[in-house]
Amino acid sequence: MKTVCFYFQVHQPWRLKTYRFFQMGNDHNYLDDFTNRAIMQKVARECYLPMNALLLNLINEHKGAVRCTFSITGSAVEQFKAYAPEVLESFKRLAETGCVEFLAETYSHSLSSLYSVEDFKQEVKLHTQMLKDEFGVKPTAFRNTELIYSDDIAKAVQGLGFKTMLAEGARHILGWKSPNFVYTDGVENKLRLLLRNYKLSDDIAFRFSNEGWPEWPLTADKFAQWVASETGDVVNLFMDYETFGEHQKASTGIFDFVKALPQALLNAGVEFATVSEAAKKLQPVAVLHCPYAMSWADEERDVTAWLGNDLQNEAFRKLYSLSPKVKKAKNKDFEFVWHFMQNSDHFYYMATKWFSDGDVHSYFNPYDSAYEAFINYMNVLADFEIELDKL
Amino acid sequence: MRVLMFGWEFPPHIAGGLGTACYGMTQGLARNDVEVIFVMPKASGDEDESFVKVVNASDIEATYCDSSIEGADDIMRKISFIHIDSNMVPYISPEEWATYREGYERTGKKFWERKGDSWTQRYTFSGKYGANIMEEVARYAVVAAEVAKQLEGQFDVIHAHDWLTYFAGIAAKRVSGKPLVVHMHATSFDRSSSDNIDTRVYEIERAGMAAADMVIAVSNLTRNIVIDKYHIEPEKVVAVHNAVQFAENDNPVPERGVKDKIVTFLGRITFQKGPDYFIEAAAKVLARVPNVRFVMAGSGDMMNHCIRRVAQLGIADRFHFTGFLKGDDVQKMFQLSDVYIMPSVSEPFGISPLEAMRSNVPTIISHQSGVAEVLDYAIKVNYWDVDAMADAIYGLISYPALAKMFQEKGMEEVNNLKWFNAAVKIKDVYQQAIDKCNK
Repeated sequence: MKTVCFYFQVHQPWRLKTYRFFQMGNDHNYLDDFTNRAIMQKVARECYLPMNALLLNLINEHKGAVRCTFSITGSAVEQFKAYAPEVLESFKRLAETGCVEFLAETYSHSLSSLYSVEDFKQEVKLHTQMLKDEFGVKPTAFRNTELIYSDDIAKAVQGLGFKTMLAEGARHILGWKSPNFVYTDGVENKLRLLLRNYKLSDDIAFRFSNEGWPEWPLTADKFAQWVASETGDVVNLFMDYETFGEHQKASTGIFDFVKALPQALLNAGVEFATVSEAAKKLQPVAVLHCPYAMSWADEERDVTAWLGNDLQNEAFRKLYSLSPKVKKAKNKDFEFVWHFMQNSDHFYYMATKWFSDGDVHSYFNPYDSAYEAFINYMNVLADFEIELDKL
Repeated sequence: MRVLMFGWEFPPHIAGGLGTACYGMTQGLARNDVEVIFVMPKASGDEDESFVKVVNASDIEATYCDSSIEGADDIMRKISFIHIDSNMVPYISPEEWATYREGYERTGKKFWERKGDSWTQRYTFSGKYGANIMEEVARYAVVAAEVAKQLEGQFDVIHAHDWLTYFAGIAAKRVSGKPLVVHMHATSFDRSSSDNIDTRVYEIERAGMAAADMVIAVSNLTRNIVIDKYHIEPEKVVAVHNAVQFAENDNPVPERGVKDKIVTFLGRITFQKGPDYFIEAAAKVLARVPNVRFVMAGSGDMMNHCIRRVAQLGIADRFHFTGFLKGDDVQKMFQLSDVYIMPSVSEPFGISPLEAMRSNVPTIISHQSGVAEVLDYAIKVNYWDVDAMADAIYGLISYPALAKMFQEKGMEEVNNLKWFNAAVKIKDVYQQAIDKCNK
């Protein structure tokens, strides 16, 4: 019997306001409150609230047969609390069904795994604590920011006590192998890996509303048949939660598709499982080596979207060089800034690769150019450091 | 004495230093009893007109009449020297030109002959340095001829600033028969890397200076370029150094947010201004002294290159970019600075160090600037000598006595650079041009 594993990523970055040199030293409010509020409330209205309600209905309707997995970042939860507390409540309702798993990740949707094990572990622990406080759950599976994965990161994740980790089913790592099996990491062979089926995931996330796509319109029955006819044990459909209602608007019929999909999949003989359930019941078939970091982003499936040019590398180095000072400060306000400055999104805005994936980059980018993004970020960081040094 | 002056910009709407210089100059001239009619494209209406009459070139209707009244061919002849690309004369727009041209070919009727009515065309200038600048230069000349005609008898001499207005100056001279003085604020050789110059601009500059009765250069540095590279007779070229006109600064001193010393570069971020040498010097200073920040204020085609270089050197936490600064922010930037630096590769004059000195900021300038000819109390280095530059920065931020001397003496020195004095020299040049013309 084939298993299908849905995992949805929930994340909102804290967006910075335009912060000029002249403000440095005088103004320590770095956030664009208006934009952050407006975006959060829009996405809540169009995606989080209707989709959570729909999922809750489906779970109740199918009496436990429908299951899925979420990963919610600390930055997203902070913004739920500030701007849309009803969203946080609706996620708690989902948690109470017992049919939803919550994954551990970095608290700030950060790139700390690429800097140091110490900073990374701290971020993960903070997120785990948040899951316990908000949802009363203890995560056993881990997903890293943007599915960034390498042997080294796998080792650190295993060291934190996790049994399962998610990664991209990247062609350059898998070669002839299929993503539809469970694998183990290449170092200790103890961590079970679930790999994203990017073809079927992107059929929903990117192609669903594309009328130029030969398969358009995509129906639940057709998609269920595709899943059922895949070779392998498990089909991993990993995507941004904002796919539903935000990237694919309600007018595309995405909610109707979701509504019909569980029954269609069950009819096709496919079974639902959360990430940990799938990893537990299926045997790993092989070891996967990944010496260099990969991710689920862009054509290259590497980390160049965040750390691909001098600007990004400089900002990244300078940010984490402040880590010891922040730890020493032991101050809630500074920690709040420290967390949102780690949002990987800030680095994404500084990307200068604008070819095949330029569309996706500019969709998410509030700045006119990578250079502007860099200047603004560094100005904020400079002020943050000045304030840290005053302590 | 009355002068018809052609400019391209005037405060408060400025893209570069030309507008600021024109402002001070016209004020100095007014104090020397010289009346100025200033023609510029697209005057916005909020220019300070207390001592200068601003004529907006966009308000002038260039008149094209039936040949029986004044003769379209007559106008064609008056502006016939304007050859930018060929079919530039009387220029409307390429589309309109094509329409009229087709009509002419079909009917044999010249498009400028219109049933005895005069046909007026109001030109709108964008007034910005942009892609269609050549077109605007030519159109400005068309309007200039019209202005000169309408103001006939109201001026004794024509003064044109920079190549953008040279065709206008020539056109006005042809129409009015009055002498022409052209003012070289910069040369093509300052604007680009060495010999890789824009030959179209070079030709306009050369033509302007050749047609002029007198040429004013903003420094000896520029005068030498004019003589050596444009082959203009030396006796016709006079160096008149710019002065600086300070607006009363009643802004409160901005609150200083950072304790560190601030070293500032302020200007267009282009090859001519030497921004990359500043960055290399900054890296050298930062390797030795921690408590200093560098600011590059302005924008330009080398900005992204500079940001990348700063990132590569790993000094982005102490090297800040502000983007283009306007109005009060410029003054604010000077007031926040501890050292001002102008590492220009080639600067005809360079007025910004004077503004810095006026704000009590010790200044470092390159030998390759005209302003170096008039200043004693500024540290002078070669633009390429980043070690010397780093030394100078280090000295000024580390030794208070040195900084204090440059502040006090520099203020004194800069207060003696008055546009009134420069205007006396300019007036003298006008007189020479008039005498020459009357001979």
